[in-house]
Amino acid sequence: MIGKSELDRAFDARFAPEIKAKLQAARVAVAGLGGLGSNIAVMLARSGVGHLKLVDFDKVDVTNLNRQMYGIPHLGRFKTDAVRDILADINPYLDIETVCVTVTPENAAEIFRGWPIVCEAFDRPENKAMLVRTLLAECPQTIIVSGVGMAGYGDANDIRTTHPMRRLYVCGDGETAAGGMTGLMAPRVAVCAGHQANQVLQLILQ
Amino acid sequence: MLTINGEKIDAAGKSLAAYLQEAGFDTKRVAVELNLEIVPLKDFEKTILKDGDSLEIVRFVQGG
Repeated sequence: MIGKSELDRAFDARFAPEIKAKLQAARVAVAGLGGLGSNIAVMLARSGVGHLKLVDFDKVDVTNLNRQMYGIPHLGRFKTDAVRDILADINPYLDIETVCVTVTPENAAEIFRGWPIVCEAFDRPENKAMLVRTLLAECPQTIIVSGVGMAGYGDANDIRTTHPMRRLYVCGDGETAAGGMTGLMAPRVAVCAGHQANQVLQLILQ
Repeated sequence: MLTINGEKIDAAGKSLAAYLQEAGFDTKRVAVELNLEIVPLKDFEKTILKDGDSLEIVRFVQGG
């Protein structure tokens, strides 16, 4: 198995040591491990974010394979366990905490309290809004990076990052919902996840 | 007049819930800051909008 010092040296060949130190010390939670969250988790792991908390209640389904990070070997497994294994193949020296529960207004603050950055990557709009409202009200130190509007295969350039509230960033086109005959497809989901992960890196490194 | 998502809108005297419904928002699918403070969902009905208020509404859609 590759050693930690070897991975560190590979990172040092590309970035200044203080950047690696900030990333290794960073703590980021990902709420939802679907198309957005599974992609975000992988990007943050590749970027060397040292501490990740991954939250999802669901199991990998065959309908997820068109856009989520999972493969056929992960079918039927909890997404928290599957992402943990995927990340271990990328960097086994990260501190990964998984929580396999349904997030509710009652438990959201407890789950995410103390995490300075939370990526909102849920599917249903009611749950997305609930998480954002709850964390803005009950976790005053937490900044949220949310994904809103990434269905279909429209112009990828319509996906952007905005900063509508002091502790809320929103990535996406803001309007293209999944539903009816407009599903989620891998490219736009990954573009949106990339916006979210990049915003996280900016928050960590700026 | 209020400032709602950067636009001047006359909505003084209405409840936040009534304004959101009139403007076509689903109250369960939004997060709202009133004068930089997040408004809990349970307070949407009793929050009355006043002239000079600043409202930021973020609408969430299906997909993630």
